[in-house]
Amino acid sequence: MDELYRLTAHEARDLLRKGEISATELTQAVLDRIHAVEDKVKAYITLTPEIALAQAAEADKAFVQARKEGRAHTLPDLLGIPLAVKDVISTAGIRTTCASRILENYIPPYDATAVQRLRAQGAVILGKTNTDEFAMGWSTENSAFGPSHNPWDLTRVPGGSSGGNAAALAADETIIAIGSDTGGSVRQPAGFCNLVALRPTYGRVSRFGLVAFASSLDQIGPMTKDVTDAALVYEAIAGHDPRDSTSVDRPVGEVRRALGQEVRGLRVGVPREYFGEGIDPRVADVVRQALRVLEDLGARLEEISLPLTRHSIPVYYIIAPAEASANLARYDGVRYGYRAEAATLWEQYKRTRGRGFGPEVKRRIILGTYALSAGYYDAYYLRAQKVRTLIRQEYETAFRRVDVIAGPVAPVVPWPIGWAMENPVQVYLTDLLTISQAIAGVPALAVPAGFSDGLPVGLQLVGRPFDEETLFRLAYAYEQATQWGKKRPVIE
Amino acid sequence: MAQEYEVIIGMEVHAQLLTRSKMFCSCSADYVDAPPNTHVCPVCMALPGALPVINKAAVEATIRTGLALNCRIASFSVFARKNYFYPDLPKGYQISQYELPLTTDGWVEIEDDAGHPKRVRIRRAHLEEDTGKLVHMDGYSLVDLNRAGVPLLEIVTEADLRSADEAYRYLRKLRTILRYLGVSTADMEKGAMRCEANLSVRPKGQKTLGTKVEIKNLNSFKAVRDAIAYEVQRQVRILEEGGTIEQVTLGWDASRGRTFVQRTKEEAHDYRYFPEPDLLPLEVSQEWVEALRETLPELPDAKMDRFVREYGLSRKEAWIVVEEQDVAQWYEAAVRAYGAPRQVYNWLTGEIFRYLNEANVPIDEIRVTPEGLAELLRLVDDGTINRNTAKSVLQEMLATGKDARTIVEEQGLAQVSDEAALASIVEEILAAHPDEVRRYRAGKKGLFGWFVGQVMRATRGKANPDLVRKLLQERLNE
Repeated sequence: MDELYRLTAHEARDLLRKGEISATELTQAVLDRIHAVEDKVKAYITLTPEIALAQAAEADKAFVQARKEGRAHTLPDLLGIPLAVKDVISTAGIRTTCASRILENYIPPYDATAVQRLRAQGAVILGKTNTDEFAMGWSTENSAFGPSHNPWDLTRVPGGSSGGNAAALAADETIIAIGSDTGGSVRQPAGFCNLVALRPTYGRVSRFGLVAFASSLDQIGPMTKDVTDAALVYEAIAGHDPRDSTSVDRPVGEVRRALGQEVRGLRVGVPREYFGEGIDPRVADVVRQALRVLEDLGARLEEISLPLTRHSIPVYYIIAPAEASANLARYDGVRYGYRAEAATLWEQYKRTRGRGFGPEVKRRIILGTYALSAGYYDAYYLRAQKVRTLIRQEYETAFRRVDVIAGPVAPVVPWPIGWAMENPVQVYLTDLLTISQAIAGVPALAVPAGFSDGLPVGLQLVGRPFDEETLFRLAYAYEQATQWGKKRPVIE
Repeated sequence: MAQEYEVIIGMEVHAQLLTRSKMFCSCSADYVDAPPNTHVCPVCMALPGALPVINKAAVEATIRTGLALNCRIASFSVFARKNYFYPDLPKGYQISQYELPLTTDGWVEIEDDAGHPKRVRIRRAHLEEDTGKLVHMDGYSLVDLNRAGVPLLEIVTEADLRSADEAYRYLRKLRTILRYLGVSTADMEKGAMRCEANLSVRPKGQKTLGTKVEIKNLNSFKAVRDAIAYEVQRQVRILEEGGTIEQVTLGWDASRGRTFVQRTKEEAHDYRYFPEPDLLPLEVSQEWVEALRETLPELPDAKMDRFVREYGLSRKEAWIVVEEQDVAQWYEAAVRAYGAPRQVYNWLTGEIFRYLNEANVPIDEIRVTPEGLAELLRLVDDGTINRNTAKSVLQEMLATGKDARTIVEEQGLAQVSDEAALASIVEEILAAHPDEVRRYRAGKKGLFGWFVGQVMRATRGKANPDLVRKLLQERLNE
């Protein structure tokens, strides 16, 4: 069979169970694809072909045995499926750099819970993907290892911070991926690369082993080529974990059952603000087109207003750096990671952190340290927390009227590599449409919505807390009606 | 007339909690004899991505302590990050409590310097985690993280203490309470209880407070008393000379007996406290608090009052037995076995305490049981041995673990109460010392004790002293 690397996970699963392909063939096909295009895409920081092939061989044994016993259909969905893991998620025995010089040679002794659960299903780890340093950015341009390239236009960014995943998926260098989303970091790159991504409700997926950027905002989520795969990965990683006190003990259910179910009558809120100032009109046009499709499917569109959305950016840029300033204090060169030797302890700290962190990380540590300082705490951090509560309440109020809120993922199309560095303030504003959901802790899903001048545009669906199921239901119906996600870039 | 000064002291105590595991991970908290960095995991080493989980046993120990210190238990409390850099602090922040601590507004009763009861108000008692340890070598330092993450209880008083002695008594009292609860060994010498004092001095009658200094790292009761006394003297001298006190953090140099400046006001940390986002607020139900209240032992003050009431001891005497729970238990068991609380008290605080001091062992390690003491005292009561013999039998019991009856039998110590036998010994003594007999009869009555001693010596102390006295009196006064 040709081009196995183009398969989705559920397509590959069906073939694997029937014995029409082997996990080793599949993995090898993806590794060959990586070999062919990675030079141009630069999606990965670390590749682990030996580990991948060994896991694939294990999977094949399980398939052979199960087929013999006539129970192949009972095997886990992700057995033998190649997986990319964002390099801020801890993998036992596999270098986890956070795209930072300070962790360039750090090899964790333990797996993140999400990774452990995927490994338990038998997923095959291909390697660790590029990201902005410590997930701080929008484009992977803040990676200490250089930017990844958008397979739809190699001169442009794939988005970020989970840009390596997005580039890898769009270039068929993996079948599935997991990333992290603090203010849009799985959704925005998915939107930029014609992919599906889910930011689950805060507390749905364990953060244990996710290298913390902003603890009250970070959430691990699936990034995939279609909605069905996102549901399978989500089911695998979601659920309570006693090692993460902020993970919620609530049944996840089988969201895959929602796929294909009726969406007629769903009330979809369209916030005026999501189409207002700062939104590229070409992006707005593509998304309006997508909303008409939802309407055709029987959803009832309703214009709503979320006026506090615009405050989510200042709130985010106080809370996230404040938490980050503490979360990143552990990188001191004492126990692991990069250390710059010096004559005194303080000199060692300063040199280690001065050389180990990149400029964006330093910028945020300084911002956060300032916001928490004596005399400023009330004016910044405390005030931001209060506004955060208001934003959360605004969503609660909206969800009394509507079941889902829909709009663009990002206000712009992928920008040329280098643009962000020259426009540091404008680039902060590109988070506008993905930050408020993180602030409020509500789930949000990105699904391909078409193209503007050949560049992907994403549709974002936002749901009630713990109602990922409705997002999957609506996204699946939309996907089946449009098939945008089936489009693949030509990499040259 | 010389100006009088008043000293205002508040104490901050850190006590390690005796939980099986650490505060936020499942590593063993029993680190003392472990090789360096063996009680560690991703959480307490602060590996990237590791997250804390609250140790329920530590929360319960804190609530129980709060109850024993007459504190309010907060139904809603919050952990916070205290940010600073140091190699013994792996995360670069300590998880502590700041704005909403678990327990607040309690008190501990002590005696003031005039001997009157006095309440020292407790501002708060909250939970946090211990740091690791640095071992300084020649030109470099080593980090041991076994201690990092061990649960710590921080107990802060209001500035209610007025002298070094009061501070000392407060600490002793606090230690007793913590030990009664079983929440901490509260052993200062081993670092399980650590202490800081905030102190200011002002002329008596002045309304405003003097400049506050903080004395850190007071690691023995003696250090607390000495450091405060020294610092008061130093500050009074400065004030007398018209100088001003600087707001500083001090250390205590026990070998030189003086304080030294560790940090000036300018070098003070801004800890940038903020609520710990990795932990949910701690919610404590009233039912939980009440269930924990049920687990409290009889607390030292209550026990002291009861001993005064039931055993006729003075408060001071009662406290001597009550201060250590094992001693109090031993005492009560002996009273149960024998009765006569006063007599038991005298034997316990006399012979047995002497042995504890000399042998430097705790009471639960001695080889005499309360029942054993009771048996010994009954041997005195029934005339089998006399009081002096009893003392040496007790020594023997402590040394060998044998019971009193066995020792008395093996060594033939039963007292001689056979009147005929003793009478003939008396005759022998009188016959052997005609001079003394004459002098006694001539009016030197002080010799009577000497005759008793002679008889006791002849019987190797076994003679019934009452009988000896009676016989001697009869014969000498003929």
